[in-house]
Order: sequence, then structure tokens, then C-alpha cells
Amino acid sequence: MPAKRFNVSVRRHDPTSGESPWFQDYEVEVAEGVTVLETLLRIQAEQDGTLAFRYSCRGAVCGSCAMVVNGEVSLACRTQVHGLGNDRITVEPLPNLEVVRDLVVDMDFFLEKNLDIRPWFDPADPDPPHERLVDPSDWTEAEPYTNCILCASCHAVCPVTARDPSYLGPAALAKHHRFLADARDGAAEKRLALVDDDAGVWGCDVVWNCSKICPKGVRPTQGILASRERLKPKS
Amino acid sequence: MSGISRHDVLIAGGGLAGLRAAVQVHDAGRSVAVVSKVYPIRSHSGAAQGGVNASLGNHPDGGDDSWEGHAFDTIKGSDYLADQPRAEILAQDAPVRVLEMEHWGAYFSRFPDGRIAQRPFGGAGFPRTCYAADRTGHQLLHTLWEQCLKRGITFLDEWFVTRIVTHDGRAGGVVALHVPTGELRAFAADVVLIAGGGYGRVFAKTTNAYINTGSLTAAAYRAGARLEDMEFIQFHPTTLYGTNILMTEGVRGEGGYLVNAEGKRFMDRYAPSVLELAPRDIVARAIQTEVDEGRGFEGGYVQLDIRHLGGDVIKEKLPGIRQIAMDFAGVDPIEEPIPVQPGQHYSMGGVSCDENGETDVPGLLAAGECSCVSVHGANRLGGNSLLETLVFGKRAGDRAAEIAGAGGAPDASPADALADALAEERGAVEALRKRTDGERQIEIRRDMQRTMTEKVGLFRDGARCVDAVREIARLRTRYRRVALGSGHAAFNYDLIDTLELRGMLELAEITALGALVRQESRGSHWRTDHPKRDDTNWLKHTMATRGKGGQPVIDYEDVVMAGYEPTERTY
Repeated sequence: MPAKRFNVSVRRHDPTSGESPWFQDYEVEVAEGVTVLETLLRIQAEQDGTLAFRYSCRGAVCGSCAMVVNGEVSLACRTQVHGLGNDRITVEPLPNLEVVRDLVVDMDFFLEKNLDIRPWFDPADPDPPHERLVDPSDWTEAEPYTNCILCASCHAVCPVTARDPSYLGPAALAKHHRFLADARDGAAEKRLALVDDDAGVWGCDVVWNCSKICPKGVRPTQGILASRERLKPKS
Repeated sequence: MSGISRHDVLIAGGGLAGLRAAVQVHDAGRSVAVVSKVYPIRSHSGAAQGGVNASLGNHPDGGDDSWEGHAFDTIKGSDYLADQPRAEILAQDAPVRVLEMEHWGAYFSRFPDGRIAQRPFGGAGFPRTCYAADRTGHQLLHTLWEQCLKRGITFLDEWFVTRIVTHDGRAGGVVALHVPTGELRAFAADVVLIAGGGYGRVFAKTTNAYINTGSLTAAAYRAGARLEDMEFIQFHPTTLYGTNILMTEGVRGEGGYLVNAEGKRFMDRYAPSVLELAPRDIVARAIQTEVDEGRGFEGGYVQLDIRHLGGDVIKEKLPGIRQIAMDFAGVDPIEEPIPVQPGQHYSMGGVSCDENGETDVPGLLAAGECSCVSVHGANRLGGNSLLETLVFGKRAGDRAAEIAGAGGAPDASPADALADALAEERGAVEALRKRTDGERQIEIRRDMQRTMTEKVGLFRDGARCVDAVREIARLRTRYRRVALGSGHAAFNYDLIDTLELRGMLELAEITALGALVRQESRGSHWRTDHPKRDDTNWLKHTMATRGKGGQPVIDYEDVVMAGYEPTERTY
């Protein structure tokens, strides 16, 4: 496979140092088919062990490696270097979350948002001896919401999370809808009450950025609008 | 005291086995914390695709299924190396553990009658693999994470365990390195339960995540636990050509064909009665044989063709596979066949333990892929690994809570032992950080991975195994002069990679040595110079103990039988 020389420019930052962020350039030969994540790993192993970023599965299922590549929020592991159409590549951390080091952002802040929506199944009836029966067609609405990998891509493109740290954000609200739309769940009233304010579903700008960016096809906006519909006072 | 935090049970590893165990320990009223080198939702359990086995009998063709049938298939699939009573436990506990996940909210796919859907999988007498499209691991992992959040279970995220601390031969805690800061800290516990992944990254071509380095397996080994059946490495037949990302067995379960470069289906030559649904070891060798005999595509792969299933079925049942094929190989399986080749996938061997997770080291329990309860033997059936995490994660959690409840360590608190271990680990890490003149870990790691894939792979022979053992020994020597590129503290992945490589080399050595000594072919271990199974001499488990000088000492233990007589394994 033909290799090509790329200039990879990475936004570096150590907030504990008091220094401002800077861009560091690395020159690297990249073969066709190689991803941004593999390229970063090579830079880390061969050129600069101080470069920090998170990764795990390299197959777009674990949600570790969301970052900004040439201006686009992307999972580094499924972004092909040659596919970017430019021999200069810029890599930056996700916006709307504090940088901990280089491409590593504060995931605790993001994940803890989930705690505010009671992110667990809560059926009304006691467990039957077998499974709860579900008509497969009842699955269609809710199932896509279970595919969220908590990568925070949506959080990074949301104009509301950018200006309001108290906003639950699209990922937690998508998880909220995952339970709300679950035909087996029995806590709808309780759940709706948790998101009935500006930190919840009423905070959304409805610009659909989250739904467009999601690497797993989750559509948080749709879930948010469904909750709003149910919360509207009946006239 | 010394500021060392203490829990009744400390679980290392936050994948399915670890989280399932954590729920159990918490519900038994004991304090528990889960320590993981990543955030638990990043664990590799989430990458499991095809499903989890349980003889629910929901499938129209599965009405006569039973746990006995599941146990038999598991034992036959293991090429009779599984400990039979434990395979029975796996099969017996399967329905209740799977239904429990449904009761906790897991989104299993459904049959039209509303029951959990099941699909056929390799080596199974009935369609008994319950699934959530092709994202079963993701569904189960997030469901268990949610159950942990509900219970307020303590998570120590991004703490890399460098050592399991023992005191008078009993486990009493761990020393771990905080990835974000580089701080080393000791954690005390009555019981340490390791629930790590496999060691797939010892090989070059693997479906495993970067994090699957066997770091907890190696830590347990250094703490005195025996490792069992390490030479039994599963090579998955269908990994995506180029990146070796998994293409689930469910693709064949749904009716996918394997096709060689002559455009012919070839499994009739290898498993005439079940074709593509033979167990993984058989299908993997079939594919490699096609390639080796010149019937593969250039580069060494065959095709997995599902076009005949139609776009609707593919989108409904195999959406994740389609996405991966499009993202990583530029192939839409609705339009084109998927290029696949065998790749390392699963570690059947691991830390030897009983059906309740207890290892040879008192106070140290194990569950999940890092363990070897011995239910998979020489070859694991698809759908049995997720099941193992649930069944034996739960059982190990029960036992851990029991031991902790009984007062744990017989002696006074091992605070001194922990403090000493912490000081030693700090010294070792400091020394490594300061050393900048020497070889970088990546060079040694690549040589190890190449050696293992070329010489201890799908087809093995005595000469290549000897080469591998010698080469790994040389690599261990080179490792003594390993040096970091930078000695900084925060997020020093180079440091962690280097620490992990030490253990990986030990695991590689044991794997190669076990493969060299075992002069037979059984399940995933195929010796071209000994192509027959030899029950007279080799119906036994390989046990590795770390010798005084750090060299592995190999011994053997009988397989535990329960009436399933070994017969020739044909499909």
C-alpha cells in the first residue's frame, strides 16, 4: 500500500503548568488504510512519549478516542488519514470539556451528567420468571438510543453545553429517552420530572448538531422533543 | 493509619465479569470498589458482538434444547479439555443469568412472540445464542454499568494495577498507578478479585483492543497464582482483512457463506455436515488452508458473503458489522463480500481457579477472560464467553463476599506488607522513569508480536515453537535494558506500555513453552508434526508456576470428568 508523508499538528496543553496551549508538528509516513489513532500511537511510541490521548478498542465501539480532526469531531480510530484529503492534519481535543492533558478531556464531568437522570431500568411490576415480552415493533423507537457509546462527540458540538455547564447535554438526555421509550420501564413520570427544566429538555436549542455527529446513529434531539411533547400541559 | 483506602473486596477490571461481581458483592452488603486502567465502559466486553448462550428454547428449532445439550456441546467444542462439572455449571446457570440481564433492562432482540431472539452459532446443537443485534456485549456492559451506578458502587477509573500484594502468601490488596497523575498508591482489601481481559496483544494480528495485554493475568502470576492452559489461543476465523476487527460468528449464524478466490464455498471439505457453522478452530484452519494452498485472495484472505440475506436482514440483524465493514474496509456487505482472515481472538487459558473463582493464592479470586475455570478447554464456543463473565462473575462475587464476611485475613491488617510493596513499586517505577538510555519498548513489543503470530499461531510445529521460546527469552533479556522516551508523570502511556510488556513477555513465554511441550493437536492447538489428539498422554491441563528465578515451571493436572467420554470430534 502506498505510503505518504503527512504533517500532523497536535494541540498540546498541560493545564497544570500554567503555560498556554500550543501546536506541535510531527512528520510521519502513513500507509493507505491507516487511521488517525494508529498514527497518533506511532507518534507516541516512536517520536514523543509525552503525547497524551485515550484509546481502547480501535473498532469504534468503546467511545474512548473522540477528538477533533481537521475541524471535525471524529472517532480517531475510524478516521482514515488518507481519506482526509489533505497532507496536513490538525488534531485537537473535544471542545466543551476541560482539557486534562493534550487530547485528554475531563470525562468525569461528562459521565456524571448521567447520574442526574437515574440511568437504570425501573420496571413497575416484579420480575416475571421469564423475560418481559416485548413486541419487536415496540423496540424500533427505543433501540437506537441504547447504541450510545458515551464518546461525548455530541457534547462537543452542542451549543448549549458550550454556554451552560448545568445543562444535562445530549448524551444524558439520549440515555433518558432510552428508558422513557422502553415499553418495559415503569418510571416515566419520575423520569419526565427529572428533565422538566432548562437544564433538561427545555434547554435544547434544537439545532440537531448532536444527531448529525453521532457515530452510532443516535438522535438525542428526537428524544428530547418526544419528552417535551409528553411534558406539554394537556389543553 | 497510613491513608491507605480499604475495601472488603477490591475488583480489578471493569468489564462484564468485574461489574457482575461488583453487583453481587454490593448486594451481599460488603464494601466494594472497581479499579480499572480505563473507564469501565471502555472495557473490551463491549466489543463482543454475536451473543450469549442459554438454552431458553425460544427458537422455533430449539424447543428440545436443554442445559445438558449446552454442556455437551461446550465439552465437545472444548475438544474434551474442559473440566466437565464446570461446563455443566456454565450451562445450568445460563438461563437465569441471561434472564437476569433482561430483568435489569438489557435490550435483547426479540422473536415475533416477544421472547428473546436466539440464533444458531458454531458447534451448537440448537440455536441458543441470545443476541442484541450484533452489539450484545455493548448492551450487557452498559446495562451492568447502569446497575452499578444505581447501587453507587465505587469506581477507581484509570488506575493501572502494577502489583497484587500478598502477605504470608495471602492477597491483601494491590498497588496501582494513577494514569492521569502518575501517582502510585496502595489499596487494601480482604479479597482481591481480578476480572481482566485476555492477552491477545501478545500477538500481531488480533481482534483484541489495545488494552488487552493480560496485565492482571501477569500480576496474578507474579503474586504466585498458577496459569492454566495458556497455549490454547483462539483464532477467530473471520476478522476483517487489514485491521483484524471482529466480524461476528453471527454473520455465519444468519446464513453467511465463506467463499475462496475460485468463487467456491469450501467448508464442505472440512465440516461436511455443518459447513460454515463448525466451531471456530475448525473454520479458522479451513480458511488458512485455503489461503496456504493458493485458493485465497492476494494478501491472504477469503470472502464472507451475506449478499443473499438481503439489505433488510443485514440492516436489522447485522448493522454493526455492516458499519465496521464500511468504515474500516470500504465494503458495504449488502453490495460486496467482506474480506476476512483468521486472527487471534480469545485466551482460553488464564489464572487457574475453581468454580467460585478461588485461585491457589488465598484471598485472590479471578473471573472472566483472565481466568481459567476451565469451561472452554482447548476451544471456546462462540457465545460462551459473555456467558462465562455473567455466570462466574456472579459466583466469584458471591464467594468474595463470603470470604470478606468471614473476617478476611487471619492475621492483623497487612498494612506493613502494603506499605513495603508500595515503596518497592515506587522505587522500580522511579528507576524506570530515570532510565532514558536503552531500547524503547515498542521495538521489543513488535518483535514479540511477530514471533508469536508467525511461530505460535494457527498451525504450529516443534521447530517453530523452539524458535519462539528462544526468541522470547532473547526479548526478555533485551527488556532488561528497556528505557522510556520520557520520564514524565502524568499520562505516561510509554511507562504503562513498558510495565505491561514485562508481563506480556512472561505470558508469551508460557504460551510458547506450553505449545512446544504439548505434542498433540487438540482444539485450537494444532501441531502439524503431531496432528492427532492424544488422550492417553495429553488429556490434561498445562499448569505454569513462576519459578524462583522468574522462569516458568510447567506441570500438569488431570481433566475433571463427569461422564462425557472423549470421542473423535467431527462435525
